[in-house]
Amino acid sequence: MDSTMNHPLASGSFDPFKDVNFSALEKSLRHPRTFFSVFMSGLVTLMTLLALIPLISVVGMLVWRGGQRLGTALFTQLPPAPLESGGGFGNAIVGTLIIITIATLISVPLGLLSAIYLAQTTTTNKLAHAVRFAAKILTGFPSILAGVFAYGTVVLLTGGFSAIAGGVAISILMLPTIMLTAEDAIRMVPAKMKEAAIGMGTTPTQTVWMVLLPTALPGILTGIMLAIARGVGETAPLLFTALFSNYWALQEGRLDLMQPTASLAVLIYNFSGMPFQNQLELAWAAALVLVLLVLTTNLIGQSLSHRQIQ
Amino acid sequence: MSASGTRASGDQGFFPEVSSKISRPPSTKQKVVDKTFRFLCYGFAWLSILLVVFIVLRIVTAALPAVRDHGVQFLTGTVWDPNQSQYSILPEMWGTLYSSLLALILGTAFGVSVAIFLSEGYLGEFVFRVLKIFKLQFHRKWSWLPDRVENLLRNLIELLAAIPSVVYGLWGLFVVIPLVRPVCHWLHLKAGWLPFFGTDLSGPGILPAVMVLSIMILPTITAISRDALISVPPKLRLAAYGLGATRWETILAVILPSAARGIFGGVVLAFGRALGETMALAMLVGNRNVISLSLFSPANTLAALLANSFPEARPKDVSVLMYAALVLLGITLLVNIIGSVILERTTTRFEGGL
Repeated sequence: MDSTMNHPLASGSFDPFKDVNFSALEKSLRHPRTFFSVFMSGLVTLMTLLALIPLISVVGMLVWRGGQRLGTALFTQLPPAPLESGGGFGNAIVGTLIIITIATLISVPLGLLSAIYLAQTTTTNKLAHAVRFAAKILTGFPSILAGVFAYGTVVLLTGGFSAIAGGVAISILMLPTIMLTAEDAIRMVPAKMKEAAIGMGTTPTQTVWMVLLPTALPGILTGIMLAIARGVGETAPLLFTALFSNYWALQEGRLDLMQPTASLAVLIYNFSGMPFQNQLELAWAAALVLVLLVLTTNLIGQSLSHRQIQ
Repeated sequence: MSASGTRASGDQGFFPEVSSKISRPPSTKQKVVDKTFRFLCYGFAWLSILLVVFIVLRIVTAALPAVRDHGVQFLTGTVWDPNQSQYSILPEMWGTLYSSLLALILGTAFGVSVAIFLSEGYLGEFVFRVLKIFKLQFHRKWSWLPDRVENLLRNLIELLAAIPSVVYGLWGLFVVIPLVRPVCHWLHLKAGWLPFFGTDLSGPGILPAVMVLSIMILPTITAISRDALISVPPKLRLAAYGLGATRWETILAVILPSAARGIFGGVVLAFGRALGETMALAMLVGNRNVISLSLFSPANTLAALLANSFPEARPKDVSVLMYAALVLLGITLLVNIIGSVILERTTTRFEGGL
């Protein structure tokens, strides 16, 4: 009893918060530490806003300058000669679609089958490591070098610029995206589904075709769409593989894939350097169409990824 | 006993419609199909490795004649004149490295800032506070708005990566160059004694190219830095707060050092991308073989040289251009491999121990 009576807290004479400087605990801008924190937060916010300005500017310019010429003539007519008025870039849109189709036809089988192999391997598999490493190298591969390769093989072998050469160059750039996303998608399929299939006595091939691929399909399609979105916008590898053409790819009812082929991206590049108002307007309109094409493909791909069964 | 009785009740088993198709032992045909398909997958996996090897070999073999003819002089000379068969790429190598480095500095400053802004949830916090004013912060319909707005901002930054480089080139040509020209002119007049402002900007030049290039690599840096920042264990942050650190003391002393390796890996990968970027530079850098420290002087890069020279290359020029491509390939491969190795090491760092 006695000891409690003498306890400083009980006596009431002791203030435990006597030495605490309460003003130092307040969040006030007068304290250098708080001020620094708030200042840095403001700086980071400012830099984020600055980083968004180019995006707003690009989109604004595309809508403003590209939107002026938007009309059906763009899609049905051929590029105009210098000093000619009117015209469009119908052949470039068709050409872009042809080149991207060729590239997809090459890269999807190669990427998908490699991904199926990768998804079946364990983490210690050396070949799988090598394949993933190769895919990573291709991810950071400069697009112009894909063009150089396609020039060195297809163009020099066949003796001319062609849609095929352009497709080969683009397919190299699409391959890693398709392969790595498809592997991820197949690995995301719940193990119990795979085990159930194996338990039923299916062969590995049947497991892949009847269980893994149907379940992973949304994820695989997302990868393909993202790869296409990237491929559509590539310009550098097309400059000296598909070159450019002022005519339709479809001539007299037959499609010649071994001819120089127009594409939207190369059209923008060529026209942007011309001193003629008409060509510049067309370049901006083509840029708007190209960005819309890329964004739609991207959005379709992303909306598919939400359907993946988790 | 009873189990065997049930099983015996029908030869078809529990699920006759399924078991008739799939639970039969595989037929010879199915076995052959299985073997073929597995072999096919194995073969395609090898094919993708061989493709990379083949790409590299193709460029190397095509470049060999030029390597033999021009040797080291190709890398140290400053003249590129196909008419006199004089080829050397020192100005291009300088332009490639100089523009990429400058873009990297600019892109890293902005990219990491945006990554911090995103990972700290500033925007979500702001929206939350606005909702709080209207007492809606826990409302059924409005409470997820902060998350939605954060996602929107992240997607907007990723949108920057989706815009094709040729569109950036067009934008740089008609928006950035006219915009920076008066500023550059003023800087040249007032501070022309500095080597960085030594020449006037007469149209295309390094500065507009660097600005556009930094915008193009910003999404890469932001995405990888943000991943690195949010994978720092929350315990570390909470411990720092518990010790009384302010938000920015925590960020600078705890979170950024923990995420530094991941951020660095992202920066190196972005550097690789900047080195190989072609279109924006071919359109904005001026394509003149000049070695200059000046930000306003025109220059040239390896990728732009390839893009401009290949379309009208004569057969004898091809090998020389392949040599230039080989140099670019060597530089980018080196940078990319370093970047991926750094990133690979970071991902396993915080697992387990903490």
